[in-house]
Amino acid sequence: MSSENGSKKDVLLEVKGLKMYFPITKGIIIQRKIADIKAVDGVSFSIKHGETLGLVGESGCGKSTTGRAILQLYRPTAGSVLFEGVELTEMKGETLRRQRREMQMIFQDPYASLNPRLTVGNIVGEPLEVHNLAKGKERQERVQELLKLVGLNPYFVNRYPHEFSGGQRQRIGIARSLAVNPKFIVADEPISALDVSIQAQIVNLLEDLQSSLGLTYLFIAHDLSMVRHISDRIAVMYLGKLVELTDHIALYEEPLHPYTQALLSAVPIPDPYIEEKRQRIVLEGDVPSPTNPPSGCNFRTRCPRAMDICAEKDPEWKNMGTPENEHWVACHLY
Amino acid sequence: MAALLEVKGLKTQFFTQDGVVHAVNGISYKLHEGETLAIVGESGSGKSVGVMSLIRLIPQPPGKIVAGEVWFDGRDLMALTDDEVRQVRGNRIAMIFQDPMTSLNPVLTIGQQIMEALQLHLGMDKSQARQRAIELLEMVGIPGAASRLDSYPHQYSGGMRQRVMIAMGLSCNPQLLIADEPTTALDVTIQAQIVDLVQGLKEQIGMAIIWITHDLGVVAGLAERVIVMYAGHIVEEAEVHELYEEPHHPYTLGLLRSVPRLDMGKSKRLIPIDGLPPDLIDLPPGCPFAPRCQYRTEKCTQEAPPIDATSPTRRVACWNWENVVADIKEGGIYV
Repeated sequence: MSSENGSKKDVLLEVKGLKMYFPITKGIIIQRKIADIKAVDGVSFSIKHGETLGLVGESGCGKSTTGRAILQLYRPTAGSVLFEGVELTEMKGETLRRQRREMQMIFQDPYASLNPRLTVGNIVGEPLEVHNLAKGKERQERVQELLKLVGLNPYFVNRYPHEFSGGQRQRIGIARSLAVNPKFIVADEPISALDVSIQAQIVNLLEDLQSSLGLTYLFIAHDLSMVRHISDRIAVMYLGKLVELTDHIALYEEPLHPYTQALLSAVPIPDPYIEEKRQRIVLEGDVPSPTNPPSGCNFRTRCPRAMDICAEKDPEWKNMGTPENEHWVACHLY
Repeated sequence: MAALLEVKGLKTQFFTQDGVVHAVNGISYKLHEGETLAIVGESGSGKSVGVMSLIRLIPQPPGKIVAGEVWFDGRDLMALTDDEVRQVRGNRIAMIFQDPMTSLNPVLTIGQQIMEALQLHLGMDKSQARQRAIELLEMVGIPGAASRLDSYPHQYSGGMRQRVMIAMGLSCNPQLLIADEPTTALDVTIQAQIVDLVQGLKEQIGMAIIWITHDLGVVAGLAERVIVMYAGHIVEEAEVHELYEEPHHPYTLGLLRSVPRLDMGKSKRLIPIDGLPPDLIDLPPGCPFAPRCQYRTEKCTQEAPPIDATSPTRRVACWNWENVVADIKEGGIYV
């Protein structure tokens, strides 16, 4: 594949053929596996240093599972995850724990992801202690520094999560993930639980932190307009597989995959004149079950342009762009 | 057009241990027959409590509708007895809610739940109700309606459940459908399906719709008129084209600016609305948006602006709306 030709040095993270199956079992005493939920079914991409890769798709498409499997929060069923050239899927115990300093996660729900019984100081300071990075007064200072960094008042250290609004809590979650000075952050729908007027505040914060700390993001979301705003390149996922991957301009200006085209056309635009004239591609039906995905191309059951071959053969993942401006797509139309 | 619904000075409060939550603070508006009105606001803006109050679906206590009149088709709903309101609710005024999973009863079949309203409000017998339920499911685009009638909610997907909710809402041919964030829990492709469906049904049945949402994008393609709420007040009301062309309230302008638009080039930086929404227990004196407002003047922090008409079709509650308009005329909405 031509992605191999890109200068290898730039690549921070490389995911190859990642699969994450969850077994469905039957029986109480003797559990037999009767099927698999194929949450992620062979996903490959790479992320360069300092880049933001957006991962979009609808609920249940496996985008969050991909993020978690990369961080080894789930152990992948198959495939490889190389972080700075080091294989993560074979790491265990202490080695893996030390590796996690390099890669952190920001969660979707700022209400569920903070322990309500810990003060903000303890929440943000805990990673420092777990990784033996700072103790006592030094820890205290570092926590205050982190709170300042994410735009919170450093005097908040002794308060509890319930005293904060959703946006402020998300800032606490971001401060916690930054505590160990990571290189790579998986942001799993970090703004979708927040109000519109607050979302922009958090997105701006994430962008500022990226430029000041040189972070690399995997930004998982379902909101295409926000993903385009923050991402350099965007991967579109459907039912456990990537259907298209390219830079943020090409994806919006010339989407190739019929699913990407439908997704883009479904996003409402805040302008009544445009909305009146707009031709929408309305997809029929629902996403099929990942336990029993359709044969051939996953998307063919809802695809307005499905052909006979789509039911027989899984479409190849190929580069329709140039080696410099890659445009990957998995569709028999191309 | 005659007004189907007229709300006058509606005020709803919640009496909690921490104090009185001023959820809705005296809102007035009209809705005409067959019209689609969108009520836009963020969480805590009072948009849901405002319409729940219309049909007296506020849990009392702790909630209380402390003032206001709601004239619907010649009657004040606030003055009716509970029994009389129940006759209106579900029958003349129907509701669909945000989360189609929690608003359906998991232990009853879809059929039983649709048939209940038909038997109760329209006095149908069981076989008539069943026949009508099948028709309704077909109308909202559920394939194989007759066989899906005996399924339970968990056997339906999110989008299908919302279709069922809509079928139930429309079962008694209501004059008014209240949709409380009906697409928020759904994916964009399913949202597009539901919006299409509701618009098609509206043309068919001709009911008026109040669509509550936080998404200014959905509103643009759906509503004829828009009300923007903030901290329990209506801050702006306008015909949909006017609103998006030239918002008059700084909050509306801020909302439009803080969301990136898919049809515009990638913006360099988003313009957020600074600060946080106010605490509804302890509202600031003056305009509730003043602490976050870039057009704030001394007057704003002292005296709340009344909602005044700026043209026959629009109203705004802002002392400095002319400055907002002047800025838009000069530099556009999206800077």
